[in-house]
Amino acid sequence: MAKVFTKTKMLTDVHMHYCPGCTHGIVHRLVAESIEELGLQDKAIGIAPVGCAVFAYDYFNCDMQEAAHGRAPAVATGIKRCLPDRLVFVYQGDGDLASIGMAETVHAAARGEHITIIFINNSIYGMTGGQMAPTTLIGQKATTCQNGRDPAVNGYPIRVCELLATLDAPYYIERVSTQDVKHVLAAKKAIKKALRFQAEGRGYSFVEVLVSCPTNWHMKPVEALRFMAEETSRTFPLGVFRDKSEGREEK
Amino acid sequence: MANITIDEKVCKGCGLCANACPKNVISLSKHRMNANGYFVAEKVNPQNCIGCAFCAIMCPDCAIEVEK
Ligand SMILES: Cc1ncc(C[n+]2csc(CCOP(=O)(O)OP(=O)(O)O)c2C)c(N)n1
Ligand code: SF4
Ligand code: SF4
Ligand code: SF4
Ligand SMILES: [Mg+2]
Repeated sequence: MAKVFTKTKMLTDVHMHYCPGCTHGIVHRLVAESIEELGLQDKAIGIAPVGCAVFAYDYFNCDMQEAAHGRAPAVATGIKRCLPDRLVFVYQGDGDLASIGMAETVHAAARGEHITIIFINNSIYGMTGGQMAPTTLIGQKATTCQNGRDPAVNGYPIRVCELLATLDAPYYIERVSTQDVKHVLAAKKAIKKALRFQAEGRGYSFVEVLVSCPTNWHMKPVEALRFMAEETSRTFPLGVFRDKSEGREEK
Repeated sequence: MANITIDEKVCKGCGLCANACPKNVISLSKHRMNANGYFVAEKVNPQNCIGCAFCAIMCPDCAIEVEK
């Protein structure tokens, strides 16, 4: 028998601290495998966020830099401009990217920085105990909207892919999900493509990944996958919002 | 012939592997815990494994290896 699935060398042996069934771990694997398969492990530099993924610097087997809350795209900009031959990727949650860091997010995209953003949308502030995020769904409960998000008081969820797709510079923008095997395989394709586009010098790439937070959604892990499939992806429809290669480069 | 190996030290007993397996190969133990206090995933019908790796694809902790 031959091994058909083993852990990628682009992840370290450190046990991840994520809660049971949290799909942050799946996305770590997809990013790591993609870098390994592209043969870019010696060129990769990752930026870790503030949020549950704060320890990402311990998990990825490449150079990593921690950024202050929300500032990862600015840090990535500096690193990429100083070291343009490196593969610079950013891993950020929705509170980090779409709340405190929205300015950095929009301006890095508008400038068309040659970086790849992996955006983890779990529609909640996970690390700090389940406060409402800019992406919290209408009606979804959080500690700061205990009866469910009410648009009259809390406004509406921000769809970051759609928002960034109004800008001219981004080369590639796609939203994917971790809700089941089929979607995880599609997410892998999108992440690998986004990283490859950067390596080929094409420009800014952004992949939003719907991720579960069983702990703060107060759900069992399997139930949380179902919630993503039935609820989260209705507010955040999956798909490609920008592809300047127009799919000609399908791989 | 196909086989999976579950790294019980890393397993968090989340059940995403068992949920993804089309052949009901995996189940969460009702009595065996690892050092972290999680009821670990274990093979209950190993002979049914087809090596599709769906379990490994859904495992957030890379606890599963698949051979075929
Ligand atoms: C400047 C600053 N403000 C606030 C915080 C507190 N804080 C830490 S993580 C976090 C939110 C993280 O949520 P998200 O980015 O969605 O990541 P998740 O944990 O959900 O993956 C906040 C507000 C901080 N660390 N620094
Ligand atoms: S709090 Fe939520 S996002 Fe954070 S590790 Fe736990 S399940 Fe994952
Ligand atoms: S490889 Fe496929 S059949 Fe075998 S245990 Fe995993 S999911 Fe089940
Ligand atoms: S998916 Fe992984 S961590 Fe979860 S129960 Fe299965 S082997 Fe354990
Ligand atoms: Mg979040």
